[in-house]
Amino acid sequence: MELMKATNIVKDYMVGEVAIRALDRLNFTIDSASFISFVGPSGSGKTTLLNLIGCLDKPTEGTLTVAGTDVASLDRRQGAAFRGANIGFIFQDFNLLPVLTVYENIEYPLLMVQNVPAKEREERIMKLLDAVGMLEQEGKYPDQISGGQKQRVAVARALVTNPRLVLADEPTANLDHKTAYMVIELMKKMRDEFRTTFIFSTHDQKIVGEAEIIYTLEDGQITEREEKGGNNRG
Amino acid sequence: MGNLFKIAIRNLMRYKRRTTLTASLVAIGVIFVLIFVGVTGSFKTMMTGQMTDSMLGHIQVHRRGYIASIDNLPLTMNMKPQAVKKLEKTFQGMPDIESYSLRIKFGGIFSSFTETTNIRLNGVYPEMEMKTLPLFASRITTGEKTIKKGEIVIPELLSRGMKVNVGDTIVVIANNKDGSVNGKQLRVSGIIESITGPGGRDGYVHIEDAMEILRMEEPEISEIAIRLKDFGKLHAVYDSLTAMLAGEQNNQGKPAFEVHTWEDLTPFYNIIRMIDIMTIFIKIMLIAIVLISVMNVMIMAVYERIREIGTIAAIGTMPGRILSMFVIEGFLLGILGAVAGNVMGIGIIYILKAVKITFAFGRQTGLVLSPTVALQDIAMISLIVIVVAVLGSLQPAFKASRMEPIKALRHV
Repeated sequence: MELMKATNIVKDYMVGEVAIRALDRLNFTIDSASFISFVGPSGSGKTTLLNLIGCLDKPTEGTLTVAGTDVASLDRRQGAAFRGANIGFIFQDFNLLPVLTVYENIEYPLLMVQNVPAKEREERIMKLLDAVGMLEQEGKYPDQISGGQKQRVAVARALVTNPRLVLADEPTANLDHKTAYMVIELMKKMRDEFRTTFIFSTHDQKIVGEAEIIYTLEDGQITEREEKGGNNRG
Repeated sequence: MGNLFKIAIRNLMRYKRRTTLTASLVAIGVIFVLIFVGVTGSFKTMMTGQMTDSMLGHIQVHRRGYIASIDNLPLTMNMKPQAVKKLEKTFQGMPDIESYSLRIKFGGIFSSFTETTNIRLNGVYPEMEMKTLPLFASRITTGEKTIKKGEIVIPELLSRGMKVNVGDTIVVIANNKDGSVNGKQLRVSGIIESITGPGGRDGYVHIEDAMEILRMEEPEISEIAIRLKDFGKLHAVYDSLTAMLAGEQNNQGKPAFEVHTWEDLTPFYNIIRMIDIMTIFIKIMLIAIVLISVMNVMIMAVYERIREIGTIAAIGTMPGRILSMFVIEGFLLGILGAVAGNVMGIGIIYILKAVKITFAFGRQTGLVLSPTVALQDIAMISLIVIVVAVLGSLQPAFKASRMEPIKALRHV
């Protein structure tokens, strides 16, 4: 089932008076419950593309439909509401709120974005804490846990709202290889358990191989689309 | 809402030193305002009490035009007995009036047989005067604390200058309304403390002696001083009395009487007004302190948390909720400063009260400063601080809520 579709996506940035093309006529579709990676060197447009998919930015040209919604048509409030209901985010620097405990960080989107009742909140959080192996750390603050644990909390926070799509921009960049691999495995496990689509960007070749579909970006264009078990030029 | 408060409190606790400094600055502002309001309030109350309870009364009624010529004490501007009776009937029908005192004011020559000087005198009914001016008797520092027929209470400056003491006999000579001159020998029964303000250096005689000197068959009253049961109703009673007397007209078809509150009768009321204006300026300074300190700390808070703002915006937090988070922080800073300031300010006011600081006002010395601050002043100052703290946090909060998540997340 198709979750998102990009048609002739272009994104230009103005640097002074010069327009820089970050994405150049991208066309692709992504199905639900897929595990996808965008790879490419620094400056290839991975983050720009993830920002567009995550409704954090709008394309200069073309159409981008996520979960049946043209994301370019959303205003600030609609964009926030759409993200809150459909998209989970995992950041390179974890971006946990330092004043909230592990439990409260996972609870935050349920409480402040979706207004989920207390009982249901607790059930969902405990289930995810268990799933990411952080049950015993629930009362700790982010500065009391390791980087790998922080990213596990971030995964739980991204999944707690039952989003249709989780976007992870370089989720393993600040982790050692072993921890990075564990985080990717965790994301995969979560995909299997919750049937959520995961899209992550990385330039770590060892991690890339974990994705089921790999898009390679170079200079704002998709140069390659690789599916496990096959290799297609994009 | 409770969770927004929880996050705001934790964010304030996160920068303990900065929060403490900002709240302290706000508290110091509140302390200064409370002390200023308490001390000046005490001074105002004392000054007002001195004016109203020992000289002027709360309200005065005269024949129209009398106040304009009061320096000459014109006997031709006195009120006829019939008019006074009408006025007395009006006062008796007003439940807010506690008492009134009828006065014949006149100027004369004071002779100690060896020296003469001029004197301003009030002929009064002692009981009425004492009831209307409760501090009057306490001003008589030497001699009997009353005014009997055949006796005179003289101001202390006159006593000292003329070397006249209690028990001495003097003569008062005055022009009558028709221009003739009359005099009467009186015994000095008391010496009255001079106080700053109009009428503060007048002498007092019994009204029947005044009538005899002025050759009046019936009392022709120059002035009626009125005391109210509740000073807070001053302007309400003034308004209703003015309205009731507006119907009484003279031969020219104009109102026969003029009514004045004590505020119109003494230039010292301007000092009180000036204190009020200074209080407003002090409050403006408090507003500036709170506004600048809260705004500064909130701008810093927003700047330091740009990535956090980006994160919560990215995961779907509505702009209004982000705004609320920062406004609540400002609100809590205001509450913290207001509570700390009020507690310390009230404590200092109690200490000042216990220490009993004395000061002089005009010729009066040894007046005890008794600072107090009304509950409504505390509430008003607290409200100002909290509202201004919220206003101070609005701009940074608005900026935070309008932040593009993509830019905020890129912030280093």
